[in-house]
Amino acid sequence: MLRYLLRRIGMIVPTFVAVTFLSFMLIRLVPGDPIEVRAGEHGVPPERLAEFRHQFGLDQPLWKQFLDYEAQLLHGDFGTSIVTQDSVLHAFFQLFPATIELSVCAILFAVLVGMPLGVIAAVKRGSGFDYGLMGISVTGASMPIPWWGLMMILIFSVALGWTPVSGRISDAYFIDPVTGFMLIDCWWSDDAGACTSAASHLILPTIVLGTIPLAVVARMTRSAMLEVLSEDYIRTARAKGLGGLRVVVIHALRNALIPVVTVIGLQVGSLLSGAILTETIFSWPGVGHWLIESIQRRDYPVLQGGTLLIATLVMLVNLGVDMTYGFLNPRIRR
Amino acid sequence: MPLLEIRNLSVEFPTARGVFRAVDGLEMTLDAGEILGVVGESGSGKSVTMLAVMGLIPYPGRVRADVMRFDGTDLLGLSPRQRRSLVGKDIAMVFQEPMTSLNPCYTVGWQIGESLRAHNAVPKSAVRDRVIELFRQVGIPAPETRLRAFPHQLSGGMNQRVMIAMAISCNPRLLIADEPTTALDVTIQKQILDLLISLQRERGMALALITHDMGVVAETAHRVQVMYAGQMVEEQRTDALFAAPRHPYTAALLDALPERAVGHARLPTIPGTVPGIDDRPAGCLFNPRCRFTTERCVAEPPPLAGPAGARARCHYPLDAPVAVTA
Repeated sequence: MLRYLLRRIGMIVPTFVAVTFLSFMLIRLVPGDPIEVRAGEHGVPPERLAEFRHQFGLDQPLWKQFLDYEAQLLHGDFGTSIVTQDSVLHAFFQLFPATIELSVCAILFAVLVGMPLGVIAAVKRGSGFDYGLMGISVTGASMPIPWWGLMMILIFSVALGWTPVSGRISDAYFIDPVTGFMLIDCWWSDDAGACTSAASHLILPTIVLGTIPLAVVARMTRSAMLEVLSEDYIRTARAKGLGGLRVVVIHALRNALIPVVTVIGLQVGSLLSGAILTETIFSWPGVGHWLIESIQRRDYPVLQGGTLLIATLVMLVNLGVDMTYGFLNPRIRR
Repeated sequence: MPLLEIRNLSVEFPTARGVFRAVDGLEMTLDAGEILGVVGESGSGKSVTMLAVMGLIPYPGRVRADVMRFDGTDLLGLSPRQRRSLVGKDIAMVFQEPMTSLNPCYTVGWQIGESLRAHNAVPKSAVRDRVIELFRQVGIPAPETRLRAFPHQLSGGMNQRVMIAMAISCNPRLLIADEPTTALDVTIQKQILDLLISLQRERGMALALITHDMGVVAETAHRVQVMYAGQMVEEQRTDALFAAPRHPYTAALLDALPERAVGHARLPTIPGTVPGIDDRPAGCLFNPRCRFTTERCVAEPPPLAGPAGARARCHYPLDAPVAVTA
């Protein structure tokens, strides 16, 4: 197990280099640089601009800039924002809990709703419920997040007035950010009103961000269950005289979990990119929002550092998923 | 009263090309403590019949019968819950493929214990001891450690012993063994068969042994039913059947046994295959493969005829019926 873990961690290194290279090059392909964006249309003299460029090392050849950046990373320095002069790592960890909170809620929503739906569709295959659900799930999986988010706001916030439009909590409350997770902080502060407010702010973003994973999880659960339900050991379980629910949950679902957990792990990657859109629509103060701003400001260090940190997270989640296989399926255990 | 009594059983599956009747007008009786051999080629409806007894015919299959009684209880009249309390307890089944018939996610000990817990066969605290005892009975060495093994860590023969332990865990009165040795090595086959027979003797349970191996039947069964294309074509006591088969199909099966084919240059075979959904002939279902087919065989399906206990579904049974003395 330890060898396996070390090998997997070893494989992370080349991925790291590739991610830094891509984010480094891609942002530099976009016209304009941070100095130009900052200067705007004020008549800043070219000598002053050149001075700034020199200050941030932007006057160096690209290969040198890249190697300097890699060297900096090896020292554990993720850089400093050109705009705010704040450390990238510090800003990331301040904003990250908001993104985590939203993502965890969305994935929980997707799994807790999508998995039972997929199981029911598989058990009742060929029924109206099955066809209906699979139709809806195709729609859900191909849902454009910006449109979907705006529709949800229009219906539930504007027309019905059930949920707040944006933000993490109502302005009426000030909650001390102990953990950075709003729900936990509110619960900590023992303020029932704040808890309700935070929870109601979470509902729409959770649904919008969770829609695609939900559709994918439901489809995957259904097809995995269909395969497992035709296995010999399911017939054995029935031959023991076990009840239908026990056969489906204990004997079938446990075996169907591996492909389902795999897609959940893969969804975490797209979840984070979906979070960027969702956070923008709902003015959710997380890393997604922050990254979008950094693109607009050509804040190279923020964009590069943020992308790298998110990529790290995705890699860790996938590693975690691979580790759960052994737990789920004794045949993979080493 | 027989332990298991089936009259006019039919099992049908709707398909895109119409209804497929996998079992047709089947009759079967089985007394307590009796070993019945059910023989036939693949696709003859042996397994489907037994799954119908177990109530395991998957949706959308349909099971109908004039009579389907176990120990006087009408099986088709039971609610699903009542049926489940019978299945796995009084009627148990061992399947063909031990490697795939056990759930790969759970230890074998847990899976046997699950049967015991489901039917409250022993107090909860005694489940582990009972499982160990069962492992001893089916000849699994070192039961205390094997208990924690997963199916993939055991051999096919061991897994089949686990399946047998699971089936006999609640002391069934009827054990159905569906080709229990087909998937195993030849050397292991005999062991498993001997185990089944010795368990049957010790416990006095009825055993329905499904097989396509006439040799196995000759060694073990008290009585034999031969099935062909979903129908029972012949039933006889084992010794009588081997001495004087009445249906041409049975005779052909026996001729194909290597030990009976001494003197032939080649082992005799039965040309063709069991008819499937598309090619069921009119008249006798065996007529395209039969050596003695006449016009009557093609025109008119033969009824099951002959003295009780020695009936055959043939217009021209081969021998005069063996004298059934009281």
